[in-house]
Amino acid sequence: MKKLALTAVLTVLVGLVAISVANTAEQAKETYKIGVVLDITGPASSLGEPEKQTLGMLAEELNAKGGINGHLIEMILYDNEGDEAKSLIKAKKLIEQDKVLALIGTSQSGTTMAIVPTVTAAQIPLVSCAASWKIIRDPETKKTREWVFKTPQSDSLAVTKIFDYLQKKGVKKIAIMSVSTGYGDSGRAELQRLAPNYKFEIVADERFAPTDTDMSAQLTKIKGSGAEAVICWAIRDPSAVVAKNMKQLGMKQMLIMSHGVATKKFIELAGDASEGIILPAGKLIVADLLPATDPQKKVLIDYRNKFEAKYKTPVSTFGGHAYDAFTMLTDAIKKAGPDQKKIRDELEKVKGFPGTGGIFNMGPDDHEGLTKDAFMMVTIKNGNWELVK
Amino acid sequence: MKRDWGIWLLLCAVVFGMPLFIRSPYYYSILIFIAIYGIVVLGLTLLMGYAGQVSLGHAGFFGLGAYFSAILTVHLHLNPWPAMGIALIATVLVAFILGIPTLRLRGHYLAIATLGLGVVLQIIFKEELELTGGPSGMGGIPYFHLSSITFSNDRKYYFLCWIFLIILYGLSINLVHSRIGRALRSISQNQTAAGSLGINVSWFKLLMFGLSAGYASLAGSLYAHYLTFVNPSPFGFMASVKFMAMVVIGGSSSLWGALLGTALLTSLPEFLAVLEDYEMLVFGAILILVMMFAPKGLAGIFSWIYQTIRNKVKKQDAPAG
Amino acid sequence: MEWYDQLLQYLITGITTGAVYALVALGFSIIYNSTEIINFAQGEFVMLGSMIAVSLFPLLGVPLWVAVILAVAITALIGLIFERLAIRPVRNGSVINLIIITIGGSILLKGIAVLIWGKESRSLPAFTSTEPIKFFGATLSGQSLWVMAGTLLAVILLHYFYEKTITGKALRACAFNRKAARLCGISVERMVLFSFGLSALLGAFAGVLITPITYTAWDAGTMLGLKGFCAAILGGIGSNPGAVMGGLVIGIVESLSAGYLSSGYKDAFAFLILLLMLYLRPAGILKKKLEKV
Repeated sequence: MKKLALTAVLTVLVGLVAISVANTAEQAKETYKIGVVLDITGPASSLGEPEKQTLGMLAEELNAKGGINGHLIEMILYDNEGDEAKSLIKAKKLIEQDKVLALIGTSQSGTTMAIVPTVTAAQIPLVSCAASWKIIRDPETKKTREWVFKTPQSDSLAVTKIFDYLQKKGVKKIAIMSVSTGYGDSGRAELQRLAPNYKFEIVADERFAPTDTDMSAQLTKIKGSGAEAVICWAIRDPSAVVAKNMKQLGMKQMLIMSHGVATKKFIELAGDASEGIILPAGKLIVADLLPATDPQKKVLIDYRNKFEAKYKTPVSTFGGHAYDAFTMLTDAIKKAGPDQKKIRDELEKVKGFPGTGGIFNMGPDDHEGLTKDAFMMVTIKNGNWELVK
Repeated sequence: MKRDWGIWLLLCAVVFGMPLFIRSPYYYSILIFIAIYGIVVLGLTLLMGYAGQVSLGHAGFFGLGAYFSAILTVHLHLNPWPAMGIALIATVLVAFILGIPTLRLRGHYLAIATLGLGVVLQIIFKEELELTGGPSGMGGIPYFHLSSITFSNDRKYYFLCWIFLIILYGLSINLVHSRIGRALRSISQNQTAAGSLGINVSWFKLLMFGLSAGYASLAGSLYAHYLTFVNPSPFGFMASVKFMAMVVIGGSSSLWGALLGTALLTSLPEFLAVLEDYEMLVFGAILILVMMFAPKGLAGIFSWIYQTIRNKVKKQDAPAG
Repeated sequence: MEWYDQLLQYLITGITTGAVYALVALGFSIIYNSTEIINFAQGEFVMLGSMIAVSLFPLLGVPLWVAVILAVAITALIGLIFERLAIRPVRNGSVINLIIITIGGSILLKGIAVLIWGKESRSLPAFTSTEPIKFFGATLSGQSLWVMAGTLLAVILLHYFYEKTITGKALRACAFNRKAARLCGISVERMVLFSFGLSALLGAFAGVLITPITYTAWDAGTMLGLKGFCAAILGGIGSNPGAVMGGLVIGIVESLSAGYLSSGYKDAFAFLILLLMLYLRPAGILKKKLEKV
């Protein structure tokens, strides 16, 4: 009996303390909740991981500075394991359970597409870190999706940049090597769509699976096709195999890669075979080589130094996409306050924002806000990046 | 048999009682996926647990249902209901055609052949760009609707999926206790002996293969009209493995066990989310440990508990009577 | 490039990949012979071998060949542990249970790899100079020569081992008739353990051979495992020459179909050949009559 009484007293005491603590917390302004869904584990983990790290770093930093207008932000982050169904479940949890103001994510086009109808119905602004234009524009009606924005540069911009370069070099015949994933497919479609504008002839159009260990057969076919330049559109790892295979086959054609390989890790994986490869890349990897007048230079070097100091691993463009998403979103919340409709409107009004992916100029009909100037043509020399003049 | 229908009734009660307790679309969405995967797993249990035939390719049939529904409604602007029906017929037909040569194989050969079929189906989803949208998938799939009701919110879709599951569960119970069910059990125990008793072994096996593909197809249609988007990645080898794991963890010779396995493996990641990098390790370890210590799965554990308790009660009753 | 040069190049490519599949398939075959288990974790042995070699090489600063040998040996040890912990307790389980256990094992090993090495991909330098060698109209990289020679060496050693050593003969006896082998005083348990070690060793060897051509990561073993599995079945599971043959056939089919038919459907062709083969001749290319099917 005594014990029971003691327990009761203790419980009441603990309860009182809890209430008083809660009260003091309430005196500070309520937190702003931002929901994040990323492909942290699973096949796209090399995208999701740096995105997660970047967001963690930025949220910490913002809260250390006192948050947004005195409101601390609370970032709630879930992993969808690269699975569409899990992506949807997590987005619903963030919207309905955690009652977030806005969403960031996901890392891949497929997992983002799975949550687009949900955020649209719930009228929650979403800033995606996935590249496909279908995320921000309905492919059937061509209408811009009201609630969805994205930060990575669209493939058409990279393709334009590559084609401009090839035209300058006087190339006429091109060969395409693309990986059979959403990324490779979307790049391949843009290459095919824009080639006639430049009067390029596509003499070979080969595909490979992301898990393939050897692409020599496809390259042998290309070798015999008379192509002057090979454009390889794939994510980092299989691209490295393509580069190695081309060297093994003794092919002398110009090798162009997509912006998907623009990380130091690619040079490490491909080794010698990476020498002389040309690619369009966001400015992050060549930040040091930019002229001091470049409006992005400060942002890029800042982000890189902070990231590399904290995580001891090289930055990648994917983390950069998360940086842009976070910065634009929190800026919008700062201006709009905790009102989803107003946040959306503010995102649409972003003008001249220097991010890691380029200078963003959003508009009611442009939820990406970038032009081909977001890219620089770079090449790999002595295991390092160099600007192509 | 009585027990099976008892569990069925209990499930009905839970399904219709659930909305009294939950409000959040988040929980509904988990329950919806449990129902969708549960339908695939029910079919797979009939094939694996009752007919004794392994399949490592059922995600392919799940995908066929989803893609047929998507293509018929998006490209041909068909109403989702008839589309679902056509998808069902088409998938079962495909399964029959593929099943005739495949089911002649046994054991590991059957496993690799079904695995191969699954892989080839997924490659077709990836490569037929005009039809399927390729690896980037296709969106804009319409919701189901019944006169004025559109099944766009999670609560309505929850009822739709679980009603499908309840009906198919009932059908499966019926089947298991019918003449076919008894024939199947004799096949799973000894194919040769069953054959010599005059049971048309290959026909029964084919029937179950087609039936389980049909279940998977229905589940695929439900998946497509819920997400309103399909792409090839959820229909690969790993998905087939997950379905098989749901069957065996639940207990492959028990229908309700299979549902339990599905519920567990679908909702577990929600609780294990804190594990992050350890999740794969834990999942692998669970598979091994269950197979090692409870080869009949959760259903086996429950039956064992039930039996022990009953025996104890009987023993206590005996001296008194 | 003339058509015959191209054909030659396709064949070289096919044989290089095929040789790796063959090593993986041999691993399947060895385990199947002593246990009638299909080990779905075989691909993970390939991954472990290459991952260990990659982390030993720059880390300890040892020469490449030492790293390779150590990696293969360590993986063989892991194979032994795997058998003791996961396989032995359930030796007499049903086919479905055993398949699930080895699949569980493969997921577990991947999980461990993620914890140790993270999710980043890694690569090894080529064993020798990377200048491609001219071979008629085609070219041949130094590393593909290593792959071919390595596989050939493994096959010869394996053959010698099975024919000439007591352990090898005991293994063959187990494959032929386990009960009879036990009656002759052969410890079947030890042979099963041994076969897991041997098969992990072969898998790891395949892994280190191919990594300089490609790269390795925690999930790099899965597809190689599946292809090796196909090769083993294609050659008639349990037959060592069949496994080698099956590996080469799948490698060449893939390369030719990528070259002449459709590169997107390349993997589908490999599986279609396998399915056709299973339907028409379920005992494999080299096996004469249907046994244990």
